[in-house]
Amino acid sequence: MSDHHHKETYVTKYIFSQDHKMIAKQYLITGIIMGVIGVFMSMLFRLQLSHPEQSFSIIEAFLGRAGEGGVMTPDMYLSLVTIHGTIMVFFVLTAGLSGTFSNLLIPLQIGARDMASGFLNMISYWLFFLSSVVMVISLFVETGPASAGWTIYPPLSALPQAMSGSGLGMTLWLVSMAIFIASSLMGALNYIVTVLNLRTIGMKMTRLPLTIWAFFVTAIIGVVSFPVLLSAALLLIFDRSFGTSFFLSDIFISGEVLHYKGGSPILFQHLFWFLGHPEVYIVILPALGITSEIIATNSRKPIFGYRAMIMSIIAIAFLSTIVWGHHMFVTGMNPFLGSVFTFTTLLIAIPSAVKGFNYITTLWKGNLQLNPAMLFSIGLVSTFITGGVTGLILGDSALDINVHDTMFVVAHFHLVMGVSAILGMFAGVYHWFPKLYGRMMNKDLGYLHFWFTAISAYGVFFPMHFIGLAGLPRRYYNNTAFPIFDDLLHINKVITVFALIGGLAQLIFLANFFFSIYKGKKASKNPWNSTTLEWTAPVEHMHGNWPGEIPAVHRWSYDYSKTDENGELWGGQDFTPQTVPIREGEEEF
Amino acid sequence: MKALFFTLIFVVIAVACWQFVKLLGLTKGDQIATEKENNINGWLMLGLLGFIYGLMIYSMYGAKDVLLPQLSASAEGEHIDLLFKMTMTLVLVVQFVMQFFIFYFTFKYRGIKGRKAYFFADSHKLEMIWTITPAIVLAGLIIYGLWVWNEVMDTSDAENPLIVELYAKQFQWEARYAGADNELGNASVRMIEGTNTMGIDFSDKNANDDIPLMVSEGKFVKELHLPKGRKVIFKLRSQDVLHSAFMPHFRAQMNCVPGMVTQFAFTPSVTTAEMRLNKDTQAKFKHINELREKEGKEAVEFDYLLLCNKICGSSHYNMQLKIIVDEEADFNKWLAGQKTFAQLN
Ligand code: HEM
Ligand SMILES: [Cu+2]
Ligand SMILES: [Cu+2]
Repeated sequence: MSDHHHKETYVTKYIFSQDHKMIAKQYLITGIIMGVIGVFMSMLFRLQLSHPEQSFSIIEAFLGRAGEGGVMTPDMYLSLVTIHGTIMVFFVLTAGLSGTFSNLLIPLQIGARDMASGFLNMISYWLFFLSSVVMVISLFVETGPASAGWTIYPPLSALPQAMSGSGLGMTLWLVSMAIFIASSLMGALNYIVTVLNLRTIGMKMTRLPLTIWAFFVTAIIGVVSFPVLLSAALLLIFDRSFGTSFFLSDIFISGEVLHYKGGSPILFQHLFWFLGHPEVYIVILPALGITSEIIATNSRKPIFGYRAMIMSIIAIAFLSTIVWGHHMFVTGMNPFLGSVFTFTTLLIAIPSAVKGFNYITTLWKGNLQLNPAMLFSIGLVSTFITGGVTGLILGDSALDINVHDTMFVVAHFHLVMGVSAILGMFAGVYHWFPKLYGRMMNKDLGYLHFWFTAISAYGVFFPMHFIGLAGLPRRYYNNTAFPIFDDLLHINKVITVFALIGGLAQLIFLANFFFSIYKGKKASKNPWNSTTLEWTAPVEHMHGNWPGEIPAVHRWSYDYSKTDENGELWGGQDFTPQTVPIREGEEEF
Repeated sequence: MKALFFTLIFVVIAVACWQFVKLLGLTKGDQIATEKENNINGWLMLGLLGFIYGLMIYSMYGAKDVLLPQLSASAEGEHIDLLFKMTMTLVLVVQFVMQFFIFYFTFKYRGIKGRKAYFFADSHKLEMIWTITPAIVLAGLIIYGLWVWNEVMDTSDAENPLIVELYAKQFQWEARYAGADNELGNASVRMIEGTNTMGIDFSDKNANDDIPLMVSEGKFVKELHLPKGRKVIFKLRSQDVLHSAFMPHFRAQMNCVPGMVTQFAFTPSVTTAEMRLNKDTQAKFKHINELREKEGKEAVEFDYLLLCNKICGSSHYNMQLKIIVDEEADFNKWLAGQKTFAQLN
């Protein structure tokens, strides 16, 4: 399939590369850049929330006219929140996370020379790049970037009269997302085909590392749900530009009646959340896959309940496509429909709980190697549970009535998907950095990074639940219009302090990351004593991944600390790579 | 110019970190993790557990005053509150226990050279236990939750309810009482004209006795009155974009959707005057007024509120209406003093 001998130019090697490892790095770097923008925005609007009338020159400096006098305008606040959410969910945690690790790990862990279609893979990255560029350009348009929230509910997003961000900014948002969806569909199809067809000899589906299972199922969810968002976006473009009435009806705004008749804004929400809910699993499943791998490796133990983990990934994926209505309990939908969605939603708690228990059991009686990747992974398990348990409240239609769209929701989803997935992404970077760049990252800085990040993540999002329970709605530019929220200000200040610390702490990561690319200690072939295939490939990247034959696989990927009948470690070491044939007298798990 | 300045500062900090990396040197340590690192981080993880517990306790006790009054202002809200308390208890217990195990195991089994991890890959029994236990607990929650949901959403058995329309627009609320016939006249955005800002249909005879609280000439509607002890069915409409009528003290929320009429109902059970005497409310407002005094702002009194809780544009954060719950007799007196639609025209 791949041609090892053709001459590579700078352009084909570094820019229009079709090599999955290079594409993975491109995704990662682009994701990091977008992440810096997204986190920076959150720091700006946090300042606004906790110091509503105060002037900050940093706000004036970056927001220009929309931050005149150092105080941002309400429209700019909403724009920042919207673009922050969009960037974090799609650009960082969908493309940046899946794009990086699916690309890097799928071929290497299943024993393939590259993706099924290197060309499609390259196109996929460049479309992602293009969509990022369009999204960034939208920040600079005269009327401001999109500002209707990352959920872009019409009519607000459809009518430039309703808010200025719904003008050109919104058009660019839609264009950017359409390109983004095309990119992620190409990526996902490639991942699915590669996993199904290109596994090396002996790599049965039941021997795949959980990372691959997670990426595989994630790709399937993406293929099922992203097209629906694309159709919603296209219909919205029609409503905006060609006068159709898919989502609009009976509107009087700016002193005139509009011609729209017969459409339904609720239809848009159904289409949006048909993607939107699976999307949160698109974000979190790869992170969970990554942690499964890292926790097993660094506990020096097999992941507990391998099959149950696979079953729960599949169950979560399936259920995730039939729960979208829990975002719409109070839209006026038929209460019976609400009951159905409550039922399916609370069901998801079961496979999620199974995963939580299995992680904890994996830690039990391990010999835990607490390197930065492991700390981030354990951090993920912790935040995933902290954020997940409040899902019991939000998923229950009766309880959702009073917390829907409050800061309680913001706290919930940041912990369960935002923070968890980010921690998973960091874990992955620390763990596979040697595979990406052939060097090691600095561990002390890694520790420092973890401790600042974990503490500030909890410091930001834990108290946030309680200001939500006090009734504070989300997407409020400031809370001073209601005296009943006056006493929340001091909590908001605490949150902002943690947010600023957490945001700045990411500089430690950036410094470590970029420095280590060039100056890190050279990595050995299998630095974590891991069993999986990627660590049998040479440190120096090469086209086709392995010189000579692709190694064959003889066992599953979790033979850590396996002992023979005398209680001695097989082979005298606490891990048996997948390439080692089953020994005499050894039972395959 | 200033943007450049701040970017520069960031660059400087980044460079400082870079130098820091250099100082530390990059050749440190065992590749996976040294015993010392395991030890330090194991203890720190225990510390993180303490931090999380501390936050939980701080948030629950320290932030107790800031929450909504415990007392639900509507009869239906009491069901919701009970369900909430049960669920929250479960949530806190699960959170407390699970976090304990995560961090305690991390601490206890922190790596030691030469220790063998226990090869424990599967246990059918354990898997069954933690599939079935959550399933049972959830079954209970679902059943009770759905019962409450139906109780709140089902209005078919309401006797002589008061029908009130809430009309949302950027960025204010209007309202309309159904009047003597307790039936709202038709309305449509296509009939909005002059002072008829709600688009009420003149030709519909049901509209004549309706009592609208409309904005006129730049004036906002100031307050909405509701009677204690009588079920109120809200009919919600929107003029332009999505809004959401959120009345947290009544545990009530429903979106306002242009092009359709949505509905929510509750029975106010505590008058404004009574709620002002509630001890949670008093504690909260005492605190608020202390804070306001420091800022030089005037003192405020408790009032029920209608907030907008669906992003609707630049003044979304300030789209409010005061709600006043009266004894039924007072309410009727107030209502009788308002002009009907026919009288207004
Ligand atoms: C530095 C860390 C972060 C901070 C301090 C932060 C803070 C916030 C806050 C306070 C809001 C709500 C604002 C409002 O509703 O008025 C928000 C919105 C949001 N954030 Fe974050 N966030 C952070 C990281 C993330 C991450 C990692 C994700 C990834 C999922 C994320 C996704 C979102 C989304 C989807 C929204 C909703 C946007 C909307 O309402 O349209 N954030 N963020
Ligand atoms: Cu959802
Ligand atoms: Cu509104």
